[in-house]
Formats: sequence, structure tokens, C-alpha cells
Amino acid sequence: MGKFYVEKKKKYEKVMAKPETIDFLLNYSKSLKINDIKGVKFESNMN
Amino acid sequence: MELQIADSLLIQNYINGDERALETLIKRHNQRLSSFIYSKVNDREITEDIFQDTFIKVIRTLKKGKYNEEGKFLPWVMRIAHNLIIDHFRKNRRMPYFEASNTFDIFSVVHDEKLNIEKQIIKDQIDEDLVLLIEELPVDQRDVLVMRMYKDMSFKEISENTGVSINTALGRMRYALINLRKIIDEHNIVLTN
Repeated sequence: MGKFYVEKKKKYEKVMAKPETIDFLLNYSKSLKINDIKGVKFESNMN
Repeated sequence: MELQIADSLLIQNYINGDERALETLIKRHNQRLSSFIYSKVNDREITEDIFQDTFIKVIRTLKKGKYNEEGKFLPWVMRIAHNLIIDHFRKNRRMPYFEASNTFDIFSVVHDEKLNIEKQIIKDQIDEDLVLLIEELPVDQRDVLVMRMYKDMSFKEISENTGVSINTALGRMRYALINLRKIIDEHNIVLTN
């Protein structure tokens, strides 16, 4: 069992999400509105 | 020296309507999260998709006021990504795959002994959880366990390194395992593969 846990972790390759993906997320966030109607939350997208 | 605003404050600002706070959070954790996803899926496009889906979930949870700030932001986001990675592999397993003819089955001679990716992810998670559990042990027991299991040292070497007898080292190892099991039982932790 000891050997099972002593494997070397593989090194992470540094990767970044593209600026377009980040822009999409920021636009998505800006357009997303949550309406609370009598305790029930409704999502609406203003795009 | 530039001061960094804490994640918790950025989240609060974002919930209160400051969209720039989200940008800071995404950019701050972009590399860590993307690299984590890429290390599991090994494909840039899929990494991009899972990164995007992860933050869509984050945004929706925060905007709905459902974020429960018991833990730290990044581990929470990583957990979401981790679940999406598992979903991704589950979905792909249902994709059409090669079926052998009646005469010859290639898989009867070709065998891959490596864990499949889903099991590998689960194993990585268990390894990480186990490290956290070991941290909870008393120092003397933890030292013996780490030397034995992670450094592959014999009990003779452990005894020489720690200045205790072999019997004491053996006893500490025994109690380390008993205490680990106790922590696992008490917290209903499931470590399985």
C-alpha cells in the first residue's frame, strides 16, 4: 500500500484560458439578472 | 508593494454589483484553474470549455446568493471544475466506440493496465484528502507514517532518525493507522476507488 501513495505527482503544465473566454464570462455575468419573485429566483438574460 | 484584495472581499463586492470584482477573480485564478483542468483532460479546447462552464456555475451561484462562504473560494471553484471534468468523461464514455468482429478481438491481446482517467482523478482526490487527514495526526505518529509510507524507510531507519526504539516506531505507526481510521469514521469520510 505504501507504494500506492508514493507515486510522484505529475507536474502541471501552465495553461491559461483565452481572453475571449474571459470576455464571454464577463459579458454573461453583466447580462444575467436574477429576479426574486415571492422567494423563487428566476434567471433572465438581457442579451 | 501592491496589496491584493482578498477573494472574500471581491466576492462581496461582486454580489453587491461590482462586475470588475469578477474580472479580478477570474484573472487571479485563471492559470491555476486552467492548468488543473488541462492536467486532467489534456486538451486545450476541452479545458477552455470546462473553464467556461465552471465560471458560469460560479456566476449563477453568486448572483443567486447561494454561495456559502464556509470554505475558500478557489477550492470551491476547483471542486466545481473537478465535477465537470468527471461529467465530461462520463459523457464521452457513452460515445460510439470500436466493437470487435466475431473473428478477432484486438482487446484480447492489447491490455492497458493504467487506471482510466476517471479512476485516476478519483485516486488523485483520495491522495489529496489523505494528505490532509495525515496532517491531523499527532506529530510523532505523523512523522513515522510519512517516513514509512511516503519515504519508503524501514522501521530501523525510522528508529535511527527519530531516536526511538524500533518497537516505539512500530507502535507509533500502529496508532497512526488507528487514528486515521478513527478520523475517517468520525467524519464519515469515504476514501474509495
